Amino acid sequence: MNKDELIAKLKPIIEPYIQDEAAFKNLSEDTDFVKDLKINSANLVDIILDIEDAFDIRLENEDMEQMMDVKSAMSIVKSKLEA
Amino acid sequence: MNQRVVITGMGVVAPNGVGLESFLQSLKEGVSGIQHFPELEDLKFSCQIGGIPSISEEFKRHYFTDLQLRGFNSSGILYGCIAGIDAWKDAGFDNNADSKLDDETGLIFGTGTSGVEKFREAIYKLDDGQVRRLGSTVVLQTMTSGVSAYLSGILGLGNQVTTNSSACSTGTEAIIMGFDRICSGKAKRMLVGSCSDHGPYVWGGFDAMRVMTYKHNANPKKGSRPLSASASGFVPGSGAGALVLESLESALERGATIYAEVLGGAVNSGGQRQGGTLTAPNSESVQKCIKKALEFSEVQASEIDVINGHLTATSKDSVEVQNWVQALDRSGDDFPHINATKSMIGHCLAAAGAIESVASILQLKDQFLAPNLNCEDIHPEIAKLVPLKCIPQSYTQKPLNILAKASFGFGDVNACVLFKRYKA
Repeated sequence: MNKDELIAKLKPIIEPYIQDEAAFKNLSEDTDFVKDLKINSANLVDIILDIEDAFDIRLENEDMEQMMDVKSAMSIVKSKLEA
Repeated sequence: MNQRVVITGMGVVAPNGVGLESFLQSLKEGVSGIQHFPELEDLKFSCQIGGIPSISEEFKRHYFTDLQLRGFNSSGILYGCIAGIDAWKDAGFDNNADSKLDDETGLIFGTGTSGVEKFREAIYKLDDGQVRRLGSTVVLQTMTSGVSAYLSGILGLGNQVTTNSSACSTGTEAIIMGFDRICSGKAKRMLVGSCSDHGPYVWGGFDAMRVMTYKHNANPKKGSRPLSASASGFVPGSGAGALVLESLESALERGATIYAEVLGGAVNSGGQRQGGTLTAPNSESVQKCIKKALEFSEVQASEIDVINGHLTATSKDSVEVQNWVQALDRSGDDFPHINATKSMIGHCLAAAGAIESVASILQLKDQFLAPNLNCEDIHPEIAKLVPLKCIPQSYTQKPLNILAKASFGFGDVNACVLFKRYKA
């Protein structure tokens, strides 16, 4: 899965939780979940669960702690898929 | 000086009507909201009938965002938020998510237990070793103050925000607590009320205690029979009621619509002494509660026009009427009218006091007595104390000035509040 495909798959997973439409429209690798998309930090665990389901992977507590933006989410998902 | 307190907004989610207009119509027409539920039959309940407000998925979206509804499975919070938002709007405020924090308004919204179905989901996952997959929504929907947390955030309320819980007296107690807070000058407005989940996981414990009727599964609308000789246990209900209480001063300043005045109220406990138990009331304390409510409200017993009783349709109805007779020292032709709202909606448990208070205030405002259903055979013990004319069985227009509302709960707790028609 290349970068664009990965972003395309992550976007609809993140969408239900975003509170800033404009930032979501311009989503890039540098987009921060809380700072840019204004996602309630409590919802980050829900995004993690939805990612687990969509990609059929398991994310550990250490992975979760690092997934604060699109870039880190992509790299962690990628590493899990390759593992 | 103590503030006078009035009601400037209401909302209701009841088995026989969602929204004030629909509920008012049902009250006037004596519409029962009790139905048979095959699910209860499948689960081998003795009592297979109950009251559940009718709320469509589309209707939910008028009150909640898609995100709020994700993983949402708490009927009590659903009902409480709808009633609370409606009451707030009815009082002339909006519920804009970006509204300025209102620190002059607080919230006391009671419940017995919260999100039992959500809790059940969580328990299954957890027992399966899946605690990490519960998601973020379990705590907020199962904590008792969940309804207050949701509502205060939707409306932006910044004064005291809490949840009270006193079994079936919860709703009436919430009104008295909100009243006290405004009286003492600590808040200008208090959104108060209560809610209760529906369904087998809330009702099952009562079914097991054999306090719900099993005799009307084939004829659900006849099932809830307060005051009747053939009353054989209560019919479970669910829903929510909400009231915006406001200092008279603030209401007049805003030019708000005033439904009625709250004169005062009292709460107490029988301490499970003198005949009181976990489930039965200490009659002496019930009477004391009513008398204290009168005293705090500076109302004479003779001024009460109508009683909206707790009256659940168990064998305790006669005891309750006897307690009113003794507390007010009135009987026979001199007795006030009696109102048993549960005959239409069943016993909405923690929500009962709030929904029935909304019913009470609508009757005061529109000057009518709602019919008491299913008491064509008045219990002989009650008939001895109170003449038939005090227990209207059809819609009756009547000049009403003061109404006493009481609720009693497991744990031997009592609450009584007095409402007065407001004339500008």
